[in-house]
Amino acid sequence: MSDLDLLPTEIEEDLRGSVRDLLGDRCDPAAVIAMYDGDRSLVAPLWKALAADLGLAGLLVAEEHGGHGATAREAAVVLEELGRHAAPVPFLTSAVIATSVLESDSVTPAGRELLAALASGERTAALVVPWSTGPGSPVVGRAGTVTSVAGALDADVLLVPVTTTSGLEIRAVAAERATVTPVVSLDMTRQLADVTVPVGEGEVVVADAEGAVRDALELGAALLASEQVGAARWCLDTTLAYVKVRRQFGRVVGGFQAIKHRLADLYTGVESATAAARYAAVAHAVADPDAPVSTAVAQAFCSDLAVLAAEEAVQLHGGIGMTWEHPAHVYLKRAKADQVALGTPGRHRARLATLVDLPGVGG
Amino acid sequence: MSIEGLRALVADFLAGHDPRTTDRLEFLRARYDAGLAWVAYPQGHGGRGLPQAMQPEVDRLFAEAGAPDNRPGTNGIGLGMAAPTILSYGTEEQKDRFLRPLWTGEEIWCQLFSEPGAGSDLANVSTRAVRDGDGWVVNGQKVWTSGAHNARYAILVARTDPDQPKHFGLTYFLCDMTDPGVDVRPLRQITGEAEFNEVFLTDVRIPDSQRLGAEGEGWKVANATLNNERVSIGRSAERESGMIGVVARTWREHPEKRTSELHDRLLRLWAEAEVFRMTGARLRQKLAQGQPGPEGSAMKLAFARIAQQLSGLELEILGEDGLRYESDRGWSMVRPETVDFTGRDAGYRYLRAKGNSIEGGTSEILRNVVAERVLGLPGEHRVDKTLPWKEIPR
Repeated sequence: MSDLDLLPTEIEEDLRGSVRDLLGDRCDPAAVIAMYDGDRSLVAPLWKALAADLGLAGLLVAEEHGGHGATAREAAVVLEELGRHAAPVPFLTSAVIATSVLESDSVTPAGRELLAALASGERTAALVVPWSTGPGSPVVGRAGTVTSVAGALDADVLLVPVTTTSGLEIRAVAAERATVTPVVSLDMTRQLADVTVPVGEGEVVVADAEGAVRDALELGAALLASEQVGAARWCLDTTLAYVKVRRQFGRVVGGFQAIKHRLADLYTGVESATAAARYAAVAHAVADPDAPVSTAVAQAFCSDLAVLAAEEAVQLHGGIGMTWEHPAHVYLKRAKADQVALGTPGRHRARLATLVDLPGVGG
Repeated sequence: MSIEGLRALVADFLAGHDPRTTDRLEFLRARYDAGLAWVAYPQGHGGRGLPQAMQPEVDRLFAEAGAPDNRPGTNGIGLGMAAPTILSYGTEEQKDRFLRPLWTGEEIWCQLFSEPGAGSDLANVSTRAVRDGDGWVVNGQKVWTSGAHNARYAILVARTDPDQPKHFGLTYFLCDMTDPGVDVRPLRQITGEAEFNEVFLTDVRIPDSQRLGAEGEGWKVANATLNNERVSIGRSAERESGMIGVVARTWREHPEKRTSELHDRLLRLWAEAEVFRMTGARLRQKLAQGQPGPEGSAMKLAFARIAQQLSGLELEILGEDGLRYESDRGWSMVRPETVDFTGRDAGYRYLRAKGNSIEGGTSEILRNVVAERVLGLPGEHRVDKTLPWKEIPR
């Protein structure tokens, strides 16, 4: 278990460098903040550059389906950088979760075709479930509206779970055939939408899809931890830089023990979260039997840690941390939304109880 | 040398020294002389200059063959702290004299560092060593000395020049604990027992040949010792080892004591303990790649916090049973041979864990270490760094 290599390889560091450079050029913090005022013009060109130019849309897709055949290790590195920039792109929802659904053994020929289109970055997809749905939560395809779906606003194809007499299947529905209503969201960098799909619409892309959906949400949750680590690291680094220059009482505030100790604890937490997220990614990359435990542990820990990091960033920036102008609030909103996304820490702990034989009352 | 080569060496050695028929001490001495004791140590001093990573395999092979070990639990200070310091700063004569009986356990070591007036502020030690002919005469009081009552030797830091600023007037010695001026008294602690001692030094004579490092270099040498202490804290571990293993077992054995509030706290701490384990694994991988640093301090902070929360939780899980203390020995004053944070009863574990955030660097000092040396934040305002030691207000 702990023999798994938890440090990034040179290739992974190169990938990180490319993503970081691109985001440095194209993901201006002011443009990210502007999304809260309804300006989404940043998203499409940024996603095109990442998805098609850097090839991240097909990062996890097997080479035979037109992707790069990389593993969760590489995706984790990408997500750390996306988290660090609070980048408003549908990598996690499309390139991780939606493609994972289509990597299922029970994919249809139409699904395979769609997977290739996703891999090339030509199309973008979203799984139509509430963003709070975690691995292990029941997914029921029902008629009507699915609320709070992440990635739907950026998708041109929707993967809709439909319950049939023989189980769950996934239908691909062109976005223009559905009603996608934007929701004013706590985290506007991953704005949610309510999705209504007419009954009988779309083509079956995965038959017998229960396992595929569960695995996709499991992988999504495991990798969300890396995004949370990236966001937490930004909060730590930015706060550190600030307390080294902000002066009060004739000295930099970072010299006060009350602040030093909080940052030492935060550093300890961020390092721990990095190890947890890294382990989850590595366990999934090699399909280790411990992967479900690694996901539950990473989500139980990293979700709360990212929120703590963002809350500390706001507090330790003093007044400026409460302004619209400073990006700290973007990270606070992202971290808080991520805490609920793909299962709350409490739900992951409940799952852990079963996985590691620590039953509750009456168990 | 390859690991296969090393295995062959151990096999050869075992062929020549049957653990079943060889006297224990003789066996250990021969293992040392064969360079199979601590394989990372140099040739001639019990090792072969091999990577530290090969040590577990050697120990495993000896254990499998039923060979006696050197009872490392009884000489933790010697093996973990004194030995690497002697190796780094000792003369050839000192290494020849002290390392072999230290490793075999013939000579147990203790550490005379902390004093009533020098805990976190270790450089403030006031135990005096004054030159007298070809030796030194030492007077003062040390405290928190584990194993002093069993120790043959001690590593000792004493002040040799009070006119220098505090960090520059210290010298490091190897002190004979059988000297008539050494008075060891048990220090009873909150668990009822006395794992530590107070040590009173009255006109203790130390020959100059037992000075380690140069006169006035004591702070530098002591830091080498303390770095070894922090490094030795994080070791590779299996899932549910340490305190979490104990508490998880208690939980599984007592379904009747479960509540949902305790369940949630247990699961939180289980996840934290697991993350701590992964953090240790990642840190060790970093260290193996030659990326060392003071990050180990962060590990110790987390270790202490988790151990304290877990041991506190366990007492609550046990409820009524948690209120009964140490059925076999009660609060009686005993002198344990070894210290086991996870042994004994829940009450003992709870009380003993309180020391985890104090011994080996308080959590407050470790936060300063992380903040200053890892994060680059400014140091504390200090009035005592440049003043001659004797002029520091106290």
